[in-house]
Amino acid sequence: MSLEEWLNRPPGEDLLAREKDNTAESELFFRRALVLLGVVLAAFLAVASRLVYLQVLHHEQFSTLSENNRVRLQPLPPTRGFIFDRNGVLLADNLASYHLEITREQVEDLDATLAELGQRIELTDADIERFQKLSRRSPPYAGAPLRFRLTDEEIARLAIDLYRLPGVEIKADLTRRYPLESRGAHILGYVGRINEDELNRIDPGQYSGSTHIGKVGVESFYEDTLRGRTGWQQVETNAEGRPLRILSRTPPVPGQHLYLTIDMRLQAVAEKALEGYNGAIVALDPRNGEVLALASQPTYDPNPFVNGIDYASYRQLNTSKDRPLLNRALRGVYPPGSTIKPMMALAGLEYGVVNRYSGVYCPGFYRLPGSSHRFRDWKRGGHGSVGMDRAIAQSCDVYFYDLAFNLGIDRIHEFLDKLSFGRQTGIDLSGEKGALLPSQEWKRRMHKHGWFAGDTLSVGIGQGYFLATPLQLAHAAAVVSQKGIDFKPRVLLATEDPGARVKTLEAPRSLPPIKVKNSQFWDTIIAGMIHVVEGGTAYRIGIGAKYRIAGKTGTAQVFTLGQGEKYNARQLAKHLLDHALFIAFAPVDDPRIAVAVIAEHGGGGSKTAAPIARKVMDAWLLNKYDEVSIAPEPPSAPDEDAHGTE
Amino acid sequence: MERNNDDGKLFKLIRLDAPLLLGLLTLSGLGLIVLYSAGQQNMDLVLGQGMRLGLGFLIMLALAQAPPRYFRLWSPWIYLTGILLLLAVMIVGDISKGAQRWLDLGVVRFQPSEIMKLAVPMMMSWFFADKPLPPRWLHLLGGVMITAIPFILIAEQPDLGTALVVGSAGAFALFLAGLSWTIMFGLALLLGGAVPLFWTFVMHDYQRQRVLTFLNPESDPLGSGYHIIQSKIAIGSGGIYGRGWLNGTQSHLDFLPEGSTDFIFAAFSEEFGLVGACLLLALYFFIIARSLYMAACAPDTYTRLLAGSLTLIFFLYAFVNSGMVSGLLPVVGLPLPLFSYGGTSLVTIMAGFGILMSVYSHRRTPTR
Repeated sequence: MSLEEWLNRPPGEDLLAREKDNTAESELFFRRALVLLGVVLAAFLAVASRLVYLQVLHHEQFSTLSENNRVRLQPLPPTRGFIFDRNGVLLADNLASYHLEITREQVEDLDATLAELGQRIELTDADIERFQKLSRRSPPYAGAPLRFRLTDEEIARLAIDLYRLPGVEIKADLTRRYPLESRGAHILGYVGRINEDELNRIDPGQYSGSTHIGKVGVESFYEDTLRGRTGWQQVETNAEGRPLRILSRTPPVPGQHLYLTIDMRLQAVAEKALEGYNGAIVALDPRNGEVLALASQPTYDPNPFVNGIDYASYRQLNTSKDRPLLNRALRGVYPPGSTIKPMMALAGLEYGVVNRYSGVYCPGFYRLPGSSHRFRDWKRGGHGSVGMDRAIAQSCDVYFYDLAFNLGIDRIHEFLDKLSFGRQTGIDLSGEKGALLPSQEWKRRMHKHGWFAGDTLSVGIGQGYFLATPLQLAHAAAVVSQKGIDFKPRVLLATEDPGARVKTLEAPRSLPPIKVKNSQFWDTIIAGMIHVVEGGTAYRIGIGAKYRIAGKTGTAQVFTLGQGEKYNARQLAKHLLDHALFIAFAPVDDPRIAVAVIAEHGGGGSKTAAPIARKVMDAWLLNKYDEVSIAPEPPSAPDEDAHGTE
Repeated sequence: MERNNDDGKLFKLIRLDAPLLLGLLTLSGLGLIVLYSAGQQNMDLVLGQGMRLGLGFLIMLALAQAPPRYFRLWSPWIYLTGILLLLAVMIVGDISKGAQRWLDLGVVRFQPSEIMKLAVPMMMSWFFADKPLPPRWLHLLGGVMITAIPFILIAEQPDLGTALVVGSAGAFALFLAGLSWTIMFGLALLLGGAVPLFWTFVMHDYQRQRVLTFLNPESDPLGSGYHIIQSKIAIGSGGIYGRGWLNGTQSHLDFLPEGSTDFIFAAFSEEFGLVGACLLLALYFFIIARSLYMAACAPDTYTRLLAGSLTLIFFLYAFVNSGMVSGLLPVVGLPLPLFSYGGTSLVTIMAGFGILMSVYSHRRTPTR
């Protein structure tokens, strides 16, 4: 077979026409077309069965994937409530501000973006470090803030190039603002960024979308009231995660406005009066427990804390020997000194250890039976023969040594505990300390040896182990003024719904009254306290007073002298000075204010603390606010002078 | 088959087949409706596509008037021109990088490879028209050459989708010409044996990756697998009855890439569900069946083979696209005919139907 023949033979074994046969070819074509039609049908059936597989058998799964694709739940953080004083003076509000936010997911090259931004606005290492910390903690599709409080100029500079920087956004938000700055800072506290400890504590749902939380003071205690409730919206997003429309929405409930019992004018008077001293003033309305002023000096400006205070400033505040961040009114613990004496006298009356007529001879010292150790009176020569009234008015230590000795520590503890010494008064501010009302049991627990009679004597004059907060002292003065009727101190006067502007007054929080066997016991010690001001240790503040004051001075010895401190005459001298204390209420017939003042190293209570208390009471009872402005004064040196001299 | 009513006369006069025209019009109309939704309700897009469809139908009408003998006469010249243009593209393409597929004629830019979709079936039919069928070995070799040259030229561009169409067109012509089952079986065995060799020695890494991604799209969800994953989500979430027109979220929210072009079938299935998608497949089947019937009615070898292969090209488009979008076949850039937004392939396909109409309406006049 030649090659040509081989090539021309039909393929396969079947013999077919060598010439064109249209009929045969037509039939052949028809058969092949039929086969192909079958193939087409089979192919489409394969696609159709694939569709059944996707759309029927796995429909649920793909629907879920599709929903996950498009629907995103967005939290709607509520607006935080404002804070006002009792007269409606604004203490905290929210300021619209702008910050720069970066969404990691949408950024191609984070370092390049940061470098690019750094050329346009100022970015500190602290900013970048904080951003990286925050962005690690948040999901990649959520933005993390890079810079806060952008100025208009910075916004303008950024806005031009923002389109080139995917994932970088300028966002509006509300920044907490305290317009009175340091004034009343210890009451208000501040909000700050939620830290890791708080993250573990809070309900993540309620706080999603929120970055801040109340840290101390009212902001912390009334966090839930101020905060409101987070709302939610389901948004449909496109493939880039950009929200397109809202599918459903649960609006947030804005936080309640708070009206405090504080009168900012009185607060200003108190802070001003205490200026120059570290210390605290607490002024209460004894009729209902309202805190009228709660000053702690030195104070600080809470505003820098809101978006994270820089490390250097924080270190300065935190390590300063004056400890401006310490709220001395609630957390400062001091020996109450002689201010405890009226309460001690009341205990003596209650347990029948003394009566109003019984007297003690004061030679200037006291000796325990069978002991030669002399417990000294503050007055070298002694007070001579003293009854209760004069013992309070002149603050005779010997009388109270004897009283305390006869009472014994157990009864002292039992009675003073009722007046909230040694435990929290229950004020609506976080961080209150219980201080220390010592007992035998306590001493056994804390020290190796047991209770000595000498310990009791010290407690009797408010020294020794005995420690109290200014708030506890003011509270005790208030209870005495009301002859046993007791209220929890409180700073919240009313809440207000921000929408309807309807105020809801808080009810006074009454405590079980302190009962004594004979209600005249109260009159006895109050008479003693009146005589403190009228001819007693604080006679100077009684001069020219337009109302009658009942008070008690106190001078607490400073026991703790810094062990390794360098010798510095001026500083050491100041350190050695006693704390000056004074408690009072007025007017005595219808007490409307009870005050406790502590001026650290102020010397004597009568010299330093009593006049401060008088200023506060004058302001409140006589409306004397003229000289003091509510807002803190600007730094004293005027600008022109500074330029002129330097 | 003759109709006696006025419509029949009208269709006879304009040389169009009424059932096929109806099928094509239904498909195009439906395509526009779906495009309106898949294209984010952009009316410009719909109008543009409408214009292209109008042009396509005009071309079909025009070609339907030409007697098939002219096509037979021109077949080798069209084929030769196509080959020359492909070579030209290769040379020009070497100079201007990246644009190898397109030839810029100043007024219009077009892809010469597109011509080959028509030219290869025409040339194959021309070649076998006067040969005894089933083809001899020698003729078989000639047919293979006719197909292989443009196939290689197009695959070199590289445009695998078009190469696949052109290659398949030749294969369909051979099959319709009556190529014996034994040979086809042998070829299939040969191809099956070649696959592992092809995988190891010929394919590039990225091509292997593409196949692997096809087999397991989830392995690369953000890269090459993204298209197919999103497409499956769109189809699957449609369910039996679909989300309803304009309610597809995958396409409207840009999760589905190429939702109005290559992946429009997924957008359609999301909104119209299994029911809609099966009806669409049925419509395609109807058009293909009618076209094959029309091809079978052709008077001689040339017209039969030409009409048959053109029909199968249409089938290839519809099947490869729906198979690819539903994850049954690898991702090959073939549009869904008369549905996907875009012009070039639309014109080619409508020209093919024009030839088919011509063949059917001239079925009583053989080409020689």
